[in-house]
Amino acid sequence: MTEKTVTRAQLSEAVYQEVGLSRNESADLVETVLNEVADALERGEMVKISSFGSFSVRQKGRRIGRNPKTGEEVPILPRRVLVFRPSHVLKGRINEDLTGN
Amino acid sequence: MTKSELIARLAELNPHLYQRDVERIVSTIFDEITNALARGDRVELRGFGAFSVKKRDARVGRNPRTGDAVKVDSKHIPFFKTGKQLRERLNAD
Repeated sequence: MTEKTVTRAQLSEAVYQEVGLSRNESADLVETVLNEVADALERGEMVKISSFGSFSVRQKGRRIGRNPKTGEEVPILPRRVLVFRPSHVLKGRINEDLTGN
Repeated sequence: MTKSELIARLAELNPHLYQRDVERIVSTIFDEITNALARGDRVELRGFGAFSVKKRDARVGRNPRTGDAVKVDSKHIPFFKTGKQLRERLNAD
């Protein structure tokens, strides 16, 4: 299997083909969608896209990490991380097509 | 925010578009990502994050209630890595 990389360009092209707006406007809309999702996450909101998955923001506490090269102890500061939970539909599609289950 | 709230927001920002088209735009984006992953492709959206597929080997698991050994088949699972810019936005003070 040769692995390819899909980027904004292919998403915009798909919107262009599917909806029939100009290429420029299609690209702008893809950008707006990503931005709106990012804005919601920045506000700490959970983003749920049915049959795709959900993105949520989790707060992590301070902990002591270690520089793996030097062994030196370094504090890892409290931070917010993004977690993606794929939906059953998405997991099902991927398994059907790639694993053949 | 749900998918329908995202559609409503996009419609509000683009009053010249039909509601039906706004719905198709949002669906197309997530369908394209799904189709790419189902082909085993990566989806890289700079600044936002990257979706990829990881293979999990078959293993012997245990039923946590009974302790019985059960075979778990190999499988492919979707994975998301947050982009640098979005990670920074989440932690901007």
